Amino acid sequence: MGDGSDNLIEIRNLKYSRGARPIFDGLDLNIRRGEVTAIMGPSGTGKTTLLRLITRQLIPQQGTILVDGIDISTLNTSHLYQLRRRFGMLFQNGALLTDLSVFENVAFPLREHTNLSDRLIRHIVLTKLHAVGLRGAAGLMPAELSGGMARRVALARAMVMDPDILIYDEPFVGLDPISMGVIVRLVRRMNDALGITSIIVSHDVQEVATVADCSYLLSDGQVAASGSPDELSTATSVLVRQFMHGMADGPVAFHYDAPSYEEQLLGRDS
Amino acid sequence: MHRTAQDIYDSFVEFARTFGAFQLFFLRLLRHSPSMLTSRFGVVVGQVYNAGALSLVIVMVCGLFVGAVLALQAYSNMSRFNAEDWTGVAAALALLKELGPVMTAILFAGRAGTALTSEIGLMKATDQLSAMEMMAVNPVRRVVVPRFLGGVIAMPLLAAVFSAVGLFGAHLVGVELFQVDVGSFWQQIQLMVEPADVREGIYKSIVFGIAASLIAVWEGYNTVPTAEGVGRATTRTVVITAITVLVFDFMITAVLI
Repeated sequence: MGDGSDNLIEIRNLKYSRGARPIFDGLDLNIRRGEVTAIMGPSGTGKTTLLRLITRQLIPQQGTILVDGIDISTLNTSHLYQLRRRFGMLFQNGALLTDLSVFENVAFPLREHTNLSDRLIRHIVLTKLHAVGLRGAAGLMPAELSGGMARRVALARAMVMDPDILIYDEPFVGLDPISMGVIVRLVRRMNDALGITSIIVSHDVQEVATVADCSYLLSDGQVAASGSPDELSTATSVLVRQFMHGMADGPVAFHYDAPSYEEQLLGRDS
Repeated sequence: MHRTAQDIYDSFVEFARTFGAFQLFFLRLLRHSPSMLTSRFGVVVGQVYNAGALSLVIVMVCGLFVGAVLALQAYSNMSRFNAEDWTGVAAALALLKELGPVMTAILFAGRAGTALTSEIGLMKATDQLSAMEMMAVNPVRRVVVPRFLGGVIAMPLLAAVFSAVGLFGAHLVGVELFQVDVGSFWQQIQLMVEPADVREGIYKSIVFGIAASLIAVWEGYNTVPTAEGVGRATTRTVVITAITVLVFDFMITAVLI
């Protein structure tokens, strides 16, 4: 099915605006097959938006996104759904179906897309839940889970169909250190053992450094820097150094654009 | 002046766009309905339970009092002409042709319609619909269509229950309270209420069921995915359904009369 290229996903000259505010302005980016690629950047740079564009939950105003050589903008709904069966996505908030139990949430894609017997579905679901350490929580409802547990269940659901591409949107947020270590190793192990291509959007520079083969740093709608985590952490670029080392001063302003603090406090502005 | 004209034009274009999208949405629901009824009937039955069985108490209580007040009014006015025996007929015709379907539809919008809108809206706000899209599951087919069908099936049944309980309420007031002869009360109903009157009520309850369910799922599916957006969508469901039901009621009555 694939085009055999090293790049599983290729993004060319991507332009996307939200209202009058440009998010991407000519973005070029490659996701290499079989690797873990991290997408990093300050808040509001459009990392999650990029994931939604790659999966065609959003449509760009200009540019092409090729997934395994296929321009996803040309796909009709049924072909898009066929392509999406190759994706697994972990949403920022887990996005578990609140009217289904943990077990049924993980079983949901299997029940929708396969004719497997209940016995086999049970076996697969318990295996995946065991991998994220929540086999014992199979009977709970999503409302009974903590944020971190919900995300681990969502991870089990994302991998239950054994996808080719796993997309993680902020997978490390809200995890305790033990869960974090296990999940980081799980991401890496799945990628290597199953030959999955993984895309991780994250702010956690340390965790990304341990798991990613390649990282992109986004800023101002473009790729500001790319390379292995080691290359980024030793980069001389002021922007890269500010982000990777969490420095307050640098080209990325901590404060959102605002009038003069003094004038606003003294009520001189409108 | 020019600006006002432009605003009116923009509003008209926006209305036409929304109305077109609404019709396409309805066609999408109709397209997926047969397969949902055949392959996932259990899911639809679950939604009939949510929209219908869970609305039974409120529908029965309201039906009882509406029937009772109709009998009160009918008895008090008919007694001026010594026509108390017609109390049952007046209540029955009003219930079967008008108040049964209309009141049930408005109660349905308040109880089940708001639940449908807020449930789908919250699913959207918490990315559950996006997650389904990403699992290659069509959320319109899997989430919206069963809820729509559940409402469409439940509404005529609820209207029938409303009218039946309403007649019982009328009986309590007319026969038990005002001592109208029980034989005359029910015989007059049997003689004067024709199958066409019952059919009118059935037609109306089916149309209102489609309208109320469609508005509820449309508002939920197109809600702005925030707490405020879900709240506004829920309010709109009740208001738009009430107006639509009353307009359709007039149109259907005008056609059938």
